[in-house]
Amino acid sequence: MTEEQLNIISLPDEDDSVDMREMEIIESESTGKEYEVETKNLSVSFNERPAISDINLSVRKQTATAIIGPSGCGKSTFLRALNFMHDMIPKSKVTGEILINKHNISEYDTVDLRKKVGMVFQKPNPFPKMSIAENVVAGLKMNGNKEKKNLQEVTENCLKQAGLWEEVKDRLKSPAVSLSGGQQQRLCIARTIAVQPEIILMDEPTSALDPISTQKIEELIFNLKKEFTILVVTHNMQQAARVSDHTAFFYMGKLVEYSRTRRMFTNPKEKLTEEYITGKFG
Amino acid sequence: MEETVQQYTSVFAKPKNLRRRKIVNSTMLFLCVVAAIISILPLFYIFFYTTKSGISSLNWDFFTQMPKPVGETGGGMANGIVGTLILVSLGSLIGIPVGVLSGIYVTEYSGGFFSNIIKFVTDVLSGVPSIIIGIFAYGVIVIPMQGFSTLAGGFALGVLMIPTITRITEEMLKLVPQSLREASLALGVSRWKTTLQIVLRTASSGIITGILLAIARAAGETAPLLFTAFGNRFWSTDLNQPIASLPVQIFNYAISPFDDWHKQAWAGALVLISLVFIVNLIVRIVTRDKFENKV
Repeated sequence: MTEEQLNIISLPDEDDSVDMREMEIIESESTGKEYEVETKNLSVSFNERPAISDINLSVRKQTATAIIGPSGCGKSTFLRALNFMHDMIPKSKVTGEILINKHNISEYDTVDLRKKVGMVFQKPNPFPKMSIAENVVAGLKMNGNKEKKNLQEVTENCLKQAGLWEEVKDRLKSPAVSLSGGQQQRLCIARTIAVQPEIILMDEPTSALDPISTQKIEELIFNLKKEFTILVVTHNMQQAARVSDHTAFFYMGKLVEYSRTRRMFTNPKEKLTEEYITGKFG
Repeated sequence: MEETVQQYTSVFAKPKNLRRRKIVNSTMLFLCVVAAIISILPLFYIFFYTTKSGISSLNWDFFTQMPKPVGETGGGMANGIVGTLILVSLGSLIGIPVGVLSGIYVTEYSGGFFSNIIKFVTDVLSGVPSIIIGIFAYGVIVIPMQGFSTLAGGFALGVLMIPTITRITEEMLKLVPQSLREASLALGVSRWKTTLQIVLRTASSGIITGILLAIARAAGETAPLLFTAFGNRFWSTDLNQPIASLPVQIFNYAISPFDDWHKQAWAGALVLISLVFIVNLIVRIVTRDKFENKV
C-alpha cells in the first residue's frame, strides 16, 4: 500500500504540467459554485475537553469532500456538528459558526436543519421492524407525508438512485435486515435522499463493508454529488482520492490541510499531511 | 525463530490435560441440563396437579353460575372470573401507561441524578410485599371512600404492576442501539416521533413480555385484594362496591372445612392459570412481529 502511494506522489515529476493544467480546468469548473457549508472557528468540546478547535472550512455546492485523518482526530465530531447531532450528548459544547446556504444554523430549527443535512452512518442501520420499502420512506412518513401513491414513487426513485432497485424490486416487503451489509448501507442512503436533503454527511460509510460493496457505494457517491453536496469521512486514503473533489486532513482536532484532492495526494503542502498519506503514521 | 516454531507446533499437539478438560466440560454441561429441568418441573407439576384436582368440578356451570350457599352442591365462580377480569383491566389501565411512560422517561429523556432516583425507587417498590401495597391502597382509597371497592382493588394491582413494567421497559429501551435513534433524528424526525415510532417499536416485543409478566403476577395476587376489593358473594360490576375475584375466592374456599368447596377451589385455580395462559397467548398473537419468521 505504501509503495503504491509513494508512486503516486513521485509521479508528478514527469507530467507535472499536464496535471496542473487539468487541475485548473476542474478548479474553474467548480469555483463558480456557491459555498454550501461554511464553518468559522468551529470548536466542539466534550466535558470541557476540546475535540476539535477552530475549524475553518468551506465546501462548495454539489462537490464531494473527503475528510481524512487518524482515529480520534475529530473527523466524525466535525461531521456530526454540522447537523447538530451533538445535542444528544450531555456536556458537549459547540462554539463558532456554521453556515448552511449562507445562513447560520442557529437560525434553523434542529429538526428542519436535519431535513436539509442528511447523514449516513458507519454501520448500516436500517430500522429493524420495517420492510425495505418502509425504510426508504420512513423519514417522509414520520414527518407526516402519507399519500400512498407518492410514497411508492419516492420508494422506486430513491432505490434507483441508490442503485438498489434492481436487487430488491421483487421483495420490497421483506424485512430490511434480511439484506446484506452493502445493500443495507445503500438502503440507508436511499432513505437519506428520500427526505431530499441538500447536503449528505457520510461517516465512514464503507468501513463495515467488503470491497465490492465499497466500490458500489463509491460509484454512488460519485453520482450523487451531481445533485447533493457530500462530505465523507474515511479512513481509506485511496477512497478519498477516488471519490472526492476536495480533501481535508484533520490531525489532533485541527484542520491541517485542505485543498483539491489531486493536489493533496500529489503535492501536499504540509509535511504532516505527506507523512500521513504515505503511511508514516496513523 | 526455532522457539516460535516449536510453540506453534505445540498448539496442534495433543495437550496433556485434554482428558481432564473433557471431563470438566461434560460435568458442567450435565449440571446445566439438570438445573434447566429443575426449573421447568414445578410448572409442569403445578399444571398437572391443578388439572387433576380441578378438572372434575369444572363444567359449564362453573363459568355461568354464582356460588351456592354451604350445603348445596354445584354452583360456580362466574362473579370471581368476571371480577378478576375487571380488576386486572383496571390495574393495567393504571400500571401500563405509568410503567411504560416512566421507563421511557428514565432512558430517553432524563440523564443522571433524577433517573437514578427513579430506578432506585422502582427497585425498592418491586421488593415491597404485596400485602403492604394492599394496606397502602386501603389508606389512600378505601378509607376516604369509606368502603371496600373495585376501584381500590384495581388501584392496588396497578401499583403492583408499575415497578415491573418500568424496569423492563427501561431495560428493553436500553437495548435499542443508539444508532437507530440517530438514524431517525438525522432524517429530520422529531425527538418524540423517534421515541414513539422507532425506539418503542423496536423494543415492543420485550416490553410486551414485561407487561404480560406484570399482568400474570397481578392476576394471581390475593393479599392486596383482601383490604381493597375485599370479595363479594354476589354479582357486582359496580366500581364503587366490593367485587369478587378468583384468588380471594380460591383462598376462602381452600381454608373452608368443606370438601365440595375444596374441589371448587382447585377448579378456580385451574381457571386462573388458564386465564393467564390464554391472555398471554392472545396478546402474543395480536402483537406478533410481522417479520418474526422471515428473517
